[in-house]
Amino acid sequence: MMKGLKKWRLFSLLAVLTVFLSACTGEDYISTLKPAGEVGEDQYDLLIFSISIMTLVVVVVSFLYLYAFTKFRRSKLGDKHIPKQVEGSHTLEVIWAVIPIILLLILAVPTILSTYKFADVKAMDEVDEEGNKTALTVNVTAKLYWWEFEYPEQGIVTAQELVVPTNEKVYFNLKAADVKHSFWIPAVGGKMDNNVENVNKFWLEFGKESEGLKDGVFYGKCAELCGPSHALMDFKVKTVDRAAFDQWVAAMQATEGQTASVDSTDLGEATFAQSCLGCHAVSGVGTTGAMGPNLTTFGDRNRVAGVLEHSKESLENWISDPEAIKPGNLMTGKYSELSPEEISAVADYIMSLSVEK
Amino acid sequence: MSSVAVSKKKGFGAVLWDYLTTVDHKKLGVMYLFAGVLFFAIAGFEALLMRIQLMVPNNDFISAGLFNELLTMHGTTMLFLAATPLLFGFMNAIVPLQIGARDVAFPFLNSLGFWLFFLGALFLHLSFFMGGAPDAGWTSYASLSLYSPGHGIDFYVLGLQISGAGTLISGINFIVTIITMRAPGMTFMRMPLFTWTTLISSSLILFAFPPLTVGLFFMLVDRMFGANFFDHTMGGNTIIWEHLFWIFGHPEVYILVLPAFGLFSEIIPVFARKRLFGYSSMVFATILIGFLGFMVWAHHMFTVGMGPTANAIFAIATMAIAVPTGMKVFNWILTIWGGSIKVTVPMIYALGFIPSFVAGGVTGVMMATAPLDYQLHDSYFIVAHFHYVIVGGIVTAIFASMHYYWPIMFNRTLNEKLGFVTFWVFFIGFHLTFFLQHFLGLMGMPRRVFTFQADQGWDLFNYISSIGAIMMAIGVVLLVINVLLSVKTPPVNRRDYWGDGRSLEWSIQLPVPFYNFKQTPLVRGFDPCWLEKQEGNKEMMTYAEPLGDIHMPNNSILPLIMSIGLFIAAFGALYHPDGVSWSVPVIVIGLGITVLAMITRSVKDDHGFHVHVEEVIATEEHLYGKGGNK
Repeated sequence: MMKGLKKWRLFSLLAVLTVFLSACTGEDYISTLKPAGEVGEDQYDLLIFSISIMTLVVVVVSFLYLYAFTKFRRSKLGDKHIPKQVEGSHTLEVIWAVIPIILLLILAVPTILSTYKFADVKAMDEVDEEGNKTALTVNVTAKLYWWEFEYPEQGIVTAQELVVPTNEKVYFNLKAADVKHSFWIPAVGGKMDNNVENVNKFWLEFGKESEGLKDGVFYGKCAELCGPSHALMDFKVKTVDRAAFDQWVAAMQATEGQTASVDSTDLGEATFAQSCLGCHAVSGVGTTGAMGPNLTTFGDRNRVAGVLEHSKESLENWISDPEAIKPGNLMTGKYSELSPEEISAVADYIMSLSVEK
Repeated sequence: MSSVAVSKKKGFGAVLWDYLTTVDHKKLGVMYLFAGVLFFAIAGFEALLMRIQLMVPNNDFISAGLFNELLTMHGTTMLFLAATPLLFGFMNAIVPLQIGARDVAFPFLNSLGFWLFFLGALFLHLSFFMGGAPDAGWTSYASLSLYSPGHGIDFYVLGLQISGAGTLISGINFIVTIITMRAPGMTFMRMPLFTWTTLISSSLILFAFPPLTVGLFFMLVDRMFGANFFDHTMGGNTIIWEHLFWIFGHPEVYILVLPAFGLFSEIIPVFARKRLFGYSSMVFATILIGFLGFMVWAHHMFTVGMGPTANAIFAIATMAIAVPTGMKVFNWILTIWGGSIKVTVPMIYALGFIPSFVAGGVTGVMMATAPLDYQLHDSYFIVAHFHYVIVGGIVTAIFASMHYYWPIMFNRTLNEKLGFVTFWVFFIGFHLTFFLQHFLGLMGMPRRVFTFQADQGWDLFNYISSIGAIMMAIGVVLLVINVLLSVKTPPVNRRDYWGDGRSLEWSIQLPVPFYNFKQTPLVRGFDPCWLEKQEGNKEMMTYAEPLGDIHMPNNSILPLIMSIGLFIAAFGALYHPDGVSWSVPVIVIGLGITVLAMITRSVKDDHGFHVHVEEVIATEEHLYGKGGNK
């Protein structure tokens, strides 16, 4: 009878847990519970594995405890009852020391294996016969509230929207330019910090094209408190197949030398050249180290300033008062005040920058 | 002077003076308790504001900058200025009674410890009114804290330096007290678990606070004089701060949670009417947790890039802590197993503690799994984890102990019915707030965000979490009401309030006289109060000495003056980087006051005073009526 009851309790608990878990796995473009890629999947498996062990522990402890709690009540035993004063039990002490040790050893094996696996970046330096790097490397520089992505082998640089090929290991060099940040694409794999004094290396594999996702991109986050606008330091990740990626790289490389001219008849371009070009490049060819995000692919992007809807209106709002949108950003006050016409024209110009259209 | 305790009702001024100068561990315990409750309420209010801000996406209830100040002050206050003093309150009030001592080893230092803590805390909180609170998180990671404009971080550094000195002094005091002041027969292996955990946690303070002091000092000179310990552009290194901080910060968790374990190890046997199961393994587990607590700090830094070997080692070391902690949990369960459980308010907290703390513990093991931690680190999962440990483990212990020890501390009682209501409101609110945060973290929500966008699937859980926070706040308000109501309850005036007391403090007739024990007790075994009761001893105590003169310490205002000196000097240090002309004189005057007070203390011999036998008898008659303590 008791055994049947125990089983029934366990079963119903697991059933409730399953229903609950399936109800809250989050969105597939940001949730670690819907992994897309080798690292995220391994981590998800590790999560499920460790959660199973831990659920077992919680269930056993809770059961013992609830049983003792309901059975040994003074209201049942009477006020006069003096229980036997037990000192302890060596056998029991050994049992509940050894069982956790065994459980932890079981958990320790995949822990150690995965730790080394995720840190293995030897392939970063491998070269083919012609001396070209075989693996794609992206240098990620985190700056006060935006992200810069440099592709050193391809000689291109972009910002705020990372473009990567699917189904191959992509290697990352992580660094921060001002204060510490942390690079995290929850749906693809765990994070690593962008330190100010050293480069951190790790890899991710992107297992799914982002085309079908709600916004057509995975969401990326800064995970380390970095100032007032930490919560707004988002980036997006566009994953495409290798051919599309190569095409995108070629399009980026083709923007070499592209710039804005002060003498342009287009008010937008002229204003941009006057007020913005000092910090924002419009050519995708270059290296890391810009003052402001590279805008070459702005028209292809998904958000304005990482968080606003991708529209001309948001862009105008951003240009007219960035401080109201991202407090503490470094763009505020770097350019002279623009008239509404100029802002509108500049917004039109920036929205027209694209390598995909 | 307390030798004239047999006196008429004192005026307000005299009472105030008494508390400002007191060196009595019981009064300092009460002062720690109320200071702790004050800061607990402030930090709780800050949390409530943050949860209101996060109730709905894109909320503008609180601005980004203010939110960072609130999250920093919430964490800093809760750990340094609420949980620590609340536990110190119980340590002060109870540990000397548990070991049969008349006071702590260094009563003067005890007072100094309190005033340093209190003025440091006050200094830190003045930041809200003087140009902005610290805003780099309670961890205050160096790159961000050096970048932070204004004086917020200076308030953090100086405030914690002063209050940290107080904590260190108190820790040393408890170590010496427990080692040297035990009554005859109170061997180490007869000490109650709360005394044991106080001893271990004080030892952790002794070793953990110096790294923090060093780190804060580096930060101070970096900000005051541009010393460049942490400025990487000048050859400094910010990772050093992270190590220094966590070498302190991880043991700090055990500094807080071990006394909480100790408190529950007192409460559970009493209300199960059964000896604590596996006493020696409980002691061993406490020592082991304290030791391992120093070996695992880098698990806070798995994503910093220490390399796979360091990560793997710290992952395994961290998992090892689960073993002694598990031993404790099973020993508690086996204590109630076969007992006679009476569900009182302290006991219901203890019973709520076990599953909550286990839930917090197992998520800790999950976070120790380094490769998995890459996903969990700095997400809402960790927020859920440490609140399960801190609220589920430490806050429940504090609330339970308020009910449990109120009779000893105040000779009054807290209302049981209201206590149960408080428990359920707070406990349900707590799980509502934090359980779903595990899933928010897994769904990709980073921690320390002042807002979030609506399209990420986090709206519902954040909303529910905020409702839970409001319930917790109501619970705390109910507890405060209970405290206020207790003033009106009749005095307890007897021994062993709960009827099943086991350790020495329950043998004392309430109210506790200022000298605690008119005769030093003789401890004849483990659980002395229980032992004497079983043998039919109505006084519940055997004495080790005949009635004689009692040597007690004198009150002193010097600890307060020393602390005020440092408090003044801190303002000079704070404004020094601004280049104001008065900064150096203020530092000199402040430090001068402190040094003068120290010289006064050194030069003026203070041998304390003796309470003569007649005075003892008179006091007892005044407190307990004709016939004295019988």
